[in-house]
Amino acid sequence: MTQMLSIENVSVSYGKVEAVRNVSLSVEQGQIVTVIGPNGAGKTTLLMAAIGLLRSTGRMIFQGADLSKVDVEGRVERGLCLVPEKRELFADMSVADNLLLGTYSLRDRSATRKCLDDVFDRFPRLRERSKQAAGTLSGGERQMLALGRALMAKPKLLVLDEPSLGLAPLIVREIFRTIASLRSLGVSVLLVEQNARAALETADYGYVLETGEITQSGPADTLIHDPKLIAAYLGGH
Amino acid sequence: MTADIAAILAIDGIATGAIYALVAIGTVLIFTVTRVIFIPFGDIAAFTALTLAALDAKQLPGTVGLVVVLACMACVMEVTSLVRAGDLRSVPKAVFGYLVLPLIVVGIVWLTMRFSPPMPVRIVLALLLIMPVAPLLDRIVFRPIADASVLLLLTVSVALHFALVGLGLLFFGPEGVRTEPLTSLGIEIAGVQVPGQTVLILLAALIFSGLLLLFFDFTLLGKALRATAFNRTGARLMGIRPARAGTIAYLLGSLMAGVSGILIAPVNTIFYDSGFLIGLKAFVGAIIGGIVSYPGAALGAFGVGILESFASFQSSTLKDVIVFSLLIPVLLWRSLASQHSEEEVEE
Repeated sequence: MTQMLSIENVSVSYGKVEAVRNVSLSVEQGQIVTVIGPNGAGKTTLLMAAIGLLRSTGRMIFQGADLSKVDVEGRVERGLCLVPEKRELFADMSVADNLLLGTYSLRDRSATRKCLDDVFDRFPRLRERSKQAAGTLSGGERQMLALGRALMAKPKLLVLDEPSLGLAPLIVREIFRTIASLRSLGVSVLLVEQNARAALETADYGYVLETGEITQSGPADTLIHDPKLIAAYLGGH
Repeated sequence: MTADIAAILAIDGIATGAIYALVAIGTVLIFTVTRVIFIPFGDIAAFTALTLAALDAKQLPGTVGLVVVLACMACVMEVTSLVRAGDLRSVPKAVFGYLVLPLIVVGIVWLTMRFSPPMPVRIVLALLLIMPVAPLLDRIVFRPIADASVLLLLTVSVALHFALVGLGLLFFGPEGVRTEPLTSLGIEIAGVQVPGQTVLILLAALIFSGLLLLFFDFTLLGKALRATAFNRTGARLMGIRPARAGTIAYLLGSLMAGVSGILIAPVNTIFYDSGFLIGLKAFVGAIIGGIVSYPGAALGAFGVGILESFASFQSSTLKDVIVFSLLIPVLLWRSLASQHSEEEVEE
């Protein structure tokens, strides 16, 4: 398997406070990797550094190329796309326009029409609301739009920050089904979640981040049966 | 005041308002995309008029020198920052964009001038020559402080205006100019004589704002500009570089300001420092419209134009006082009526 993203000894600080310390992880091609951990462990910080919105030390290699001199926009052009926790939609613009802007980083936009249809097939709700302003959507629809918009960019690695945050259980299930289905498209996923059980059920490999450091890692189906993790994050059935 | 005089004043006011509206729309465009309240916009309009006058007189316009100096400065700054960042591969592209492209524009003007081109070509040349000025100023002045607060950007913008007035004196000299009218025709509407120039001004304002609207609604680049205005982080995550969006906003804004300069030049005598009042009144119009809304800014600018026209009939010495006094009740009303959103508080 070829390596999609490899993060080596990355640290991120806010002033003097080190939020992420010496974290190393890697995502293989076509793999879904999850980072779980409690609130304030530095999960979002790690992702912001991976996309380039925060400065970090250490090395990041994406498809064999060093990312240290590549800015956010350059990373997006290479196929590294982030769906942030806040979604960052264009609230006053229509759903369709939001999706179309997803293709901005592509050199070749000849397949835009088909891509738009694919997203609409995946999320029929978005087709119904394509003319509506993004700001009028419900929380679940917003997450679908954010995911759809990222898919329009034909990402090689999709980085998802808390995709299930604040959503109804039924919609959470739909979102995770979508994430699992990305495997068949050959898209790798780096998924950060507080909903540890759903994340581990979907992912191939998992890392546990606590107070800025990786404390545990392993194949997702091993982690999900780990007694310590069950006690801390997964709870009983 | 009779109805006839009122009608003439209203028509005159609408024409002035249309000119302010073009500048006001440009101001809103640049503010929403870059957060800079670009005070020197009026100067861009005035410089366009001065450029056209120089071209009419078969002289090399001062704008040529201005563009060459700015292009060299911007190029040195961009290349230095690229070398510092270790991004040597982007250097040729930067040299092309910041130095070669403006020089090509200058070259085109210089070559075309030798054939004493007709009026429409001269207008296009004047617009071509003015368009690089604001984007280059953006690179030199605002790019290094792009993350500063709106207030700091505004302060720098005012300072830049004064610097430009000085440069205007240096490159264009102290003489005022008035260009030849674009048309001498006139039409009569309901018994009132309307000069052709007024019709032309209105048409130009409508056409250019309409084109801008189409650009925003139907092109991906236009949508990207709007996206940057709404949500910077979101836009960056789509691969839209705010700096590039800013450059495009400055180019389009300059075109609007340039067109207004060309329209006003046959009506008013333009000096190197005439831009300030045009820019300020357009700014008042934009403020009345709430600074983020295009139709609001255009309506506000028309209001300012009409008020100015009636005010100058009552007392021509006090017309500017009357126009700017209008700002006080509007600002009071705006600050009482507006609800501060969370994001504004963070600023």
